[in-house]
Amino acid sequence: MSENTNAIDAVTAVRPSPGEKYFPKFEVTPELTEKAKELIALYPEGKEQSAILPIIHHIQEEFGYVCPDAMPWIAEMCKSTPVHVAGIVTFYPGIHRMCPGKYHIRICRTIACAMAGSEELLPYICGKIGVDPAAMTDDEPMAVSPDGLWSIEAVECLANCGFGPNVMINDTLYSQVTRRKVDELIAEYKKK
Amino acid sequence: MSAITYKPGKEPHPRETRRIFRNIDREGYDPSIKCFIKDGGYKTLKKVLAMEPADVINEVKKSGLRGRGGAGFPTGVKWTFIPKGNTKPVYLVCNCDESEPGTFKDRFIVHQDPHQLIEGMIIACYAVQAHYAVIYMREEFPEGARIMQTALKEAEAKGFLGSNILKSGFDLKIVLHRGAGAYICGEETGLINSIEGVRPYPRIKPPFFPAAIGLYGCPTIVNNVESLCQVRQVMMMGGEAYAAEGAQRSPGTRIIGVSGDVKRPGYYEIVSGSVTYGELLYEICGGPKVGRKFKAIIPGGASAKVMRCDEVLKGRNPDGSVRNMTIFDVPMDLDSIAQHGSMSGSGGVIVMDDTRSMPKMLNNLNRFFAWESCGQCSPCREGNPWMYKLSTRICNGQGSPEDVDLLKDVADNICGRTVCAFGEACSWPTQAFTTKFRDEFLALTKPINALKPHSPEAAEARKFLTRED
Repeated sequence: MSENTNAIDAVTAVRPSPGEKYFPKFEVTPELTEKAKELIALYPEGKEQSAILPIIHHIQEEFGYVCPDAMPWIAEMCKSTPVHVAGIVTFYPGIHRMCPGKYHIRICRTIACAMAGSEELLPYICGKIGVDPAAMTDDEPMAVSPDGLWSIEAVECLANCGFGPNVMINDTLYSQVTRRKVDELIAEYKKK
Repeated sequence: MSAITYKPGKEPHPRETRRIFRNIDREGYDPSIKCFIKDGGYKTLKKVLAMEPADVINEVKKSGLRGRGGAGFPTGVKWTFIPKGNTKPVYLVCNCDESEPGTFKDRFIVHQDPHQLIEGMIIACYAVQAHYAVIYMREEFPEGARIMQTALKEAEAKGFLGSNILKSGFDLKIVLHRGAGAYICGEETGLINSIEGVRPYPRIKPPFFPAAIGLYGCPTIVNNVESLCQVRQVMMMGGEAYAAEGAQRSPGTRIIGVSGDVKRPGYYEIVSGSVTYGELLYEICGGPKVGRKFKAIIPGGASAKVMRCDEVLKGRNPDGSVRNMTIFDVPMDLDSIAQHGSMSGSGGVIVMDDTRSMPKMLNNLNRFFAWESCGQCSPCREGNPWMYKLSTRICNGQGSPEDVDLLKDVADNICGRTVCAFGEACSWPTQAFTTKFRDEFLALTKPINALKPHSPEAAEARKFLTRED
């Protein structure tokens, strides 16, 4: 992925993605600062650090991902250090360091869904949306389609094991997904 | 009260007792507060607020309620661990980071009946005198987070949250905190670190319970979603009535999630100990799929040890004599399965039939644990990818018979050598699979593979070690 040899540089390296055209570019606006202050106020006094994760979630919702420029700003808001924020960003699999597509697909690959056939479904979806499954690596588990409309990620347990295979598109969960249902869903989302 | 009707196709099985899941899939029920109050919601809270906090704890203690997050620790006892003469604020955290593969009960509570959880939380907060509570919800429930946020606002507007709740002088603020997809945040001290805004590494024990030192260094009670809903149930029914029902040492109802190779997978709420595994799988879940046979059962979430269906277990008759039985005769409560070397954990039953290859199943679990290890302790951080590598090699037919023993050896050396229970959780599946299904693993291996290099790098290095003349 990255040509940087220094670990910190690798974390803060920009990961270009075709999905960026569907999201605004990160910039600090008064509304964003206001929202961050609102989130910080939820926690006891002097515990601004607790709001790092909620602020990250908000940034992800607005801008799609946490870009390297956002980390020092989050640190400043939460009275923390940029490297501490980077530590959190790199820890959680749910935080994107690369911009996802307009529709982000998450497919569960853990035991119950795998038994229900999610492992066969993954290459099928990849073929449908024009993504090379080999692009999903341990370093960057998400792969974005060249048109930026779709991104896909194989995730661990989505907690709906009885009704696998489970697929999440953006915030909506679809269970008992078959190839036919995939075709229908992709057609439906394309129309949106 | 009029009879409850459920949505067509979602009716509970006659052997079920719907308490916590009473309103799940109910016809005409929505997550709004109006619906909940109409159904008798927040009445228990009024009753509880008139009691002394110590009496509430005693009532929960009397009920014998045990936590439903997996460890099965008595909830009332946990609450008494707050140090006496404590002057710091007390916090309550609801663990809604349901991430154990095979477990899917909390999802339905937060999506369909959030007020039940909020009422349970207010009761628990009142009992331990906490004025600040956090619901730690996993990131994979974005819809659930929205529903819960609305529910919290509704409850505040009606005066069930905020200052001076129902004019009792009790204040409470509940905050929804979302995780970001890490399994380790289900571990209570990891979860606390996640709320504090640091990397969610589990903390060193002792103290064994965050009730002594927890969130922001203050006494903190961490309870599972289902446990908090059960607290509400206890206060509704009375501790003694609750204790009288179900298995003696783990009373009340349990929510069981069945997944895998059965005709009717899904969630079922049963009275603890009233149903055996056989009855659950054959009667309630409709048995194996056509033309197949049950082969193995993971009885309590992915980290529980797998049980062979043809394994002969030693059970005890009421008169004390020993009898032979199988997993199908074991009752579903918290302790019975533990006597046979596994655990009932969080109630996620994963069933595998005779078409499944056990090494592949283990490989999938090993990938999960290798991916989710937080990286704090070396045995787990290094051991899990190693186990994944070994099981992948065996599955690909490149393993040697020694690899099976090595796999178990790696697992044995993770178990008990880590800060948190993840070490046990990741090594138990490997230990159980490799001992109980050893033949299947060995069948995939060839002795000659021990002499072959396993990676391109090793093959390259070998050129300099061997003479080819």
